[in-house]
Amino acid sequence: MVLLIQYTLIFAAVLTLVALGGCFSEHSGVINLGLEGVMVMGALGGALTLKYLGGNPAPVVVIAVLLVSALSGLVYTVLLGVACINLKADQTLVGTALNILAAAAASIIARTINTAENPDNMSTIIKYTDGRKAFIANFESFEFSWSMLVAVIALVIAYVVLYRTKYGVHLRACGENPQAADSVGINVIKNRWAGVLISGVLGGIGGVVYIMAGVSEWKFELGVAGFGFLALAVMIFGSWKPVNIGLAALLFGFFRALSNVYSGFDWLADLNIPGTVYNMFPYLISLLVLAFTSKNSAAPKAEGIPYDKGQR
Amino acid sequence: MKNKSILKNDAFQSVAAALICIAAGIFVGYLVLLMINPKGAAEAIMDIIRNFANYPRTTAKVKYLGNTLVKTAPLLMCALSVNFCYKTGLFNIGAAGQYVVGAAASLYGALAWHMPWYVCVLMAMAAGMVWGSFVGILKAYRNVNEVISGIMLNWIALYLTNMLLNTVSESGTPYTTQVKSVNTAALIPGLGLQELFVNRYVTIAIPLSVVIAVIVWVVLSKTKFGFELCATGYNRHAAKYSGMSEKRNVILSTMIGGALAAVGASFLYLSGYEQWQTTQSAVPAMGFNGIAATFLGGLNPIGTIFSSYFIQHITSGGAYLDTNIYPLQIADLITAIIIYLCAFILFFKQLLDRRNASKGGKN
Repeated sequence: MVLLIQYTLIFAAVLTLVALGGCFSEHSGVINLGLEGVMVMGALGGALTLKYLGGNPAPVVVIAVLLVSALSGLVYTVLLGVACINLKADQTLVGTALNILAAAAASIIARTINTAENPDNMSTIIKYTDGRKAFIANFESFEFSWSMLVAVIALVIAYVVLYRTKYGVHLRACGENPQAADSVGINVIKNRWAGVLISGVLGGIGGVVYIMAGVSEWKFELGVAGFGFLALAVMIFGSWKPVNIGLAALLFGFFRALSNVYSGFDWLADLNIPGTVYNMFPYLISLLVLAFTSKNSAAPKAEGIPYDKGQR
Repeated sequence: MKNKSILKNDAFQSVAAALICIAAGIFVGYLVLLMINPKGAAEAIMDIIRNFANYPRTTAKVKYLGNTLVKTAPLLMCALSVNFCYKTGLFNIGAAGQYVVGAAASLYGALAWHMPWYVCVLMAMAAGMVWGSFVGILKAYRNVNEVISGIMLNWIALYLTNMLLNTVSESGTPYTTQVKSVNTAALIPGLGLQELFVNRYVTIAIPLSVVIAVIVWVVLSKTKFGFELCATGYNRHAAKYSGMSEKRNVILSTMIGGALAAVGASFLYLSGYEQWQTTQSAVPAMGFNGIAATFLGGLNPIGTIFSSYFIQHITSGGAYLDTNIYPLQIADLITAIIIYLCAFILFFKQLLDRRNASKGGKN
């Protein structure tokens, strides 16, 4: 039971972080379908930091990992920003390209580092056993991870910034009606860049939290198994509002956690349902949830449409 | 004057843009190889580009050209699937999942029910239509973003397929039983192609996929149905206003898209070239590469034939890298960069059109 709560919280933390990233980007008017790729890049940056700085005092490791993964995500989303904001490219296509590119690039980087250390090591696995411990504080059998706290802080900040500051109003105006925003002197391009870069930061941190959730090594060929898209489903279910996103993340986190721990419950194990079914759950649930919540969408009105000054 | 008219020509623009994307993609691939190990980089990138031509003997060249073609057929089908849906304004990233259910249906038909190949292909088609229709129905009636529902369906398809095909796998291995050892009637016939290519996997699936590409082109650009689909893609509300059933068009196009991708999978798995691995934990890349091929082909089914071959040529060519030095994923990297650059093609085309238009106005 403790394990189920622990996994639910940690997966909810990942989903909250990444979904908030998507939320910032979409409120500014850009659909970031490349979040999956952003997560992979953040995970890679974080994993390498964990690997090399793993022996240092815990606070140093935690801060360094968060900074590096945020930076990796941020740098990677520049590719999205240039294409979608400045060059007005198709946002769906760019996002897809970035997802494929991240998986390939991360595998190449991980393998090149492995082979440089040991010519016989041709895997894309990066180990971070020591580094991961820095994030963990044990309360009896419950493994508290500092990343859960990070997610809560991000949630509070996102709420305050989006709904309680002038900047938040400007950002949301760019996603609802950019022409009107421009007419009152709000710089649409600049605000969209801000939204996209924030999504990179949050997506990157979400990536490293994800790979640290239950394991001490990661095979980068695998990417992050559709988690970036689950986060987008969480964002839609949470109707683009931070608090609702947090609640939606808990629900999705619970179903994702089930696939990790179902064998620990006697009555679930007795049902003899193959593990594959549990693996399928989060995707199935999100499909159902989307079917029931997308109809009256609260999506920003101008999301996905490149800003064109001359358009009315 | 003549120069300008060439620049205005749409087909010329598409081909030129595709070539620029390819050149840039290969160049970045080369840079990455240089960074990893500068000594063999030039040779390595040439190995990828040469692909089957790496073999000195003609028979070997023809045989390995055959292998590339065997995998080009399913890729072309996935690309056509993406292409078809894109015309209706849908980004069919779910082609990967439709491809997976196609593999499930065709292999299950062949191995469990001992059906002949054409029945297996039809089974794949039916499965793909059903799977594709989910995306369309969710989009048309529930307003669900097709990219997100497509991704979710991809993963669900993968897990279901693994479960289903586990019942027909070889004992002791995670691979499905070889089709030829159970049911030779389920293998797609070669009609002389196998002898021509000295390669028993080369079947009529390859010419068939090209024929289907031509049919898709005709349907999209020469029929009323195709016109309605494109109109729905341009402006859903205008299409509805002119009396077209836009919901029906969306669902139909995803069903046809699903069928195309699924039949593509049957083309590969019923050639016996590959067995399905029931423990695989990632959705096969075929559907995603289909996206690359579609956009590289300038969203034209005929152009897609060539771009599919090219993408597969590079992907297969990646296998000739010296894996002791270079990672296998270089080929994926090149493909990904090509897709990324394709996103700019439309932008540059518009720019070119606008420039031409403004020049014309001045004259």
